[in-house]
Amino acid sequence: MGFATERIILVITALAALLLMCGCSSMPHRDTVPPLRTYEDIIKGDGSRLFEINDSIEGFNRGAYRFNYYFDEYFFIPIVHIYEFILPDYAEDRISNAIDNINEFGNLTNNLFQLKFKGAGITLSRFAINSTVGVAGLWDHASAWGLKRQAMDFGKTLRHYEVGSGAYIVLPILGPSNIRDTTGLIADTATFSLAGPAALANNTAITTAFSGTSAVDKRHRVSFRYRQTDSPFEYELLRMLNTMKDNYDTAN
Amino acid sequence: MKRHLALILLIGCLIWTQNAMASPQPYFYPFVNPYEATVMELPQYLESKLPEKVPTREFTLQVFPTREIPDIFWYEAGLVCTLAYQNHKAPLIFVIAGTGSSHDTPRMKKLQKMLYQAGFHVISLTSPTHMDFVVNASEGLPGDSIDDAHDLYRVMELAYEKVRGTIDVSYFALTGYSLGAFNAAFISKRDEEKKIFNFSKVLLINPPVSLYDSVSTLDRLLVENVPGGMEKFEQWFRKVLAEFFYVTKEMEHAELSGDFLYNAYKRLSPSEENLAALIGLAFRMNSANMIFSADVMNGGGYIVPKNTQLSNSTSLTRYAMVSYSTRFVDYFNEYLFPYCRKREPNLTRQALLERLNLHYIEPYLKGSGKIGLVHNEDDIILMPGDVDYLQSVFGNRARIFPTGGHMGNMFHPAVASFMIDFLTGKEN
Repeated sequence: MGFATERIILVITALAALLLMCGCSSMPHRDTVPPLRTYEDIIKGDGSRLFEINDSIEGFNRGAYRFNYYFDEYFFIPIVHIYEFILPDYAEDRISNAIDNINEFGNLTNNLFQLKFKGAGITLSRFAINSTVGVAGLWDHASAWGLKRQAMDFGKTLRHYEVGSGAYIVLPILGPSNIRDTTGLIADTATFSLAGPAALANNTAITTAFSGTSAVDKRHRVSFRYRQTDSPFEYELLRMLNTMKDNYDTAN
Repeated sequence: MKRHLALILLIGCLIWTQNAMASPQPYFYPFVNPYEATVMELPQYLESKLPEKVPTREFTLQVFPTREIPDIFWYEAGLVCTLAYQNHKAPLIFVIAGTGSSHDTPRMKKLQKMLYQAGFHVISLTSPTHMDFVVNASEGLPGDSIDDAHDLYRVMELAYEKVRGTIDVSYFALTGYSLGAFNAAFISKRDEEKKIFNFSKVLLINPPVSLYDSVSTLDRLLVENVPGGMEKFEQWFRKVLAEFFYVTKEMEHAELSGDFLYNAYKRLSPSEENLAALIGLAFRMNSANMIFSADVMNGGGYIVPKNTQLSNSTSLTRYAMVSYSTRFVDYFNEYLFPYCRKREPNLTRQALLERLNLHYIEPYLKGSGKIGLVHNEDDIILMPGDVDYLQSVFGNRARIFPTGGHMGNMFHPAVASFMIDFLTGKEN
């Protein structure tokens, strides 16, 4: 249980600390001499609004983005590099599979929450096959046999019940999200810890090792690196793409 | 997240993610459509073989140690370059990236491996149009061929100073692709006066002849190919994104490899218009990044108000929107030309345009046996007549392939072996 509380407290503390640290986003100074190309002149009434996204806590978000940049650069990526240096690709893939297998728990609960019994059935079968034939999930035979992963989380469950995405939010360490998916994340973490594999293991050392490995594995699998966009508008680009992806997922 | 990034890279960095296909001699290239040739990266097994890993290290230059970097660029801490080093005496080659590209893009890394494999120490340099260069190493506004060459030359001197104690250099060479090739031509000329490096060989890979004409063409690719015109840009962009999201959802692991883009592309089967518009969009985004950074570093007045204080939490949304709506030619006419004229009151627009052209140093290029050229007849940045012109200037030092688009064939074995033979003096 300690694990659940620890994780949730950690998330909340980090959020609160960053909120205090960052304050509000400042709008550009209004100068007496406007630039040659102004927003008012160039972006006419019917122009593209792709970049104008509900970002009511932009100051916090920009702070979190900056925090994530430093965290990634000086802590997360160096660890991922060591992980990749020590382990052969083959072993890394096995670890990814094993973690995905344990996380089938979240897929199961959320398929059930959405009354998707077929998805839940496939998830259960996948778990059974991969835990046995796949040796504790190290190999994903179920996919090879046509049982595709039914990825679900509580954010998707909320979306299923037509909860709007809410404002854009950049989570410390975890990156871009929105209010709905953040709520989902907290719910999933709590379920995993209070009633899921963590509760079953009931051993702080094991759950801590799992969450540590899981975090490193997750970062290892995401190819994004900060500054990869080569743009001073990386924050705006990420916000736009995440929002559009969310709109797409909601519509489909 | 991974999928989003695949997309950013597909769109934002389209220009440098392309690649080439290897096939048996004589030269055969599968993409006859120059837009496809430009965009497509092919599966690894069809390319020239390159070493998986070469010994490299990054180093950072403080080009102007007293320069105060504005808070808005909180992530900038000097100009980063890469050195790939041989453990014995070897020639050192400088490589200059293309428009908006940094020293470590996938294309730059491949080029580094190819040159390392051929026996060079390699120093990879960020383009003077990339924001990292603009913030850390440009003396003024980027875009003027002479100023950019001066800025790059300064960086090259500092870079060599930084590494000379650790590598043994026999002689110097220089190369670059696209705008980087254009830069290389002017740097080579400058080196004739400064005589620091005395380059033995200089290879220009797919340079523009007229910079202004090339950037106008690239921008037109966007404006003229978005169905219904730029007023319908958002609608078009959403549609393209939706298609991309759909394809990446179907494909288990989205990533930035050539194999992935190739497979995604096959499923998307984009029209020629969409490809052209995406190339134009990638260019527009690159130049917007440059224009905004240059404006901030030069005191503002173009996109940001003069002398405005931008902090690390300032919202840049509106500036981003204005920057992405600014064409390179707007920047040239409204900002760069007036800026140059302040320095040289007699400068005419026409005279500045002439400076942004290989014609400007034609006698030098013609008479200098050490400068070679590799290009493609169907390169989308060339104007009618440019191929003949290049052939007449470079003579037998030019190798012009019939297909390959804008650098699509750079790692094709036929192209790669011409490049290496020229740089190592085996072509004679």
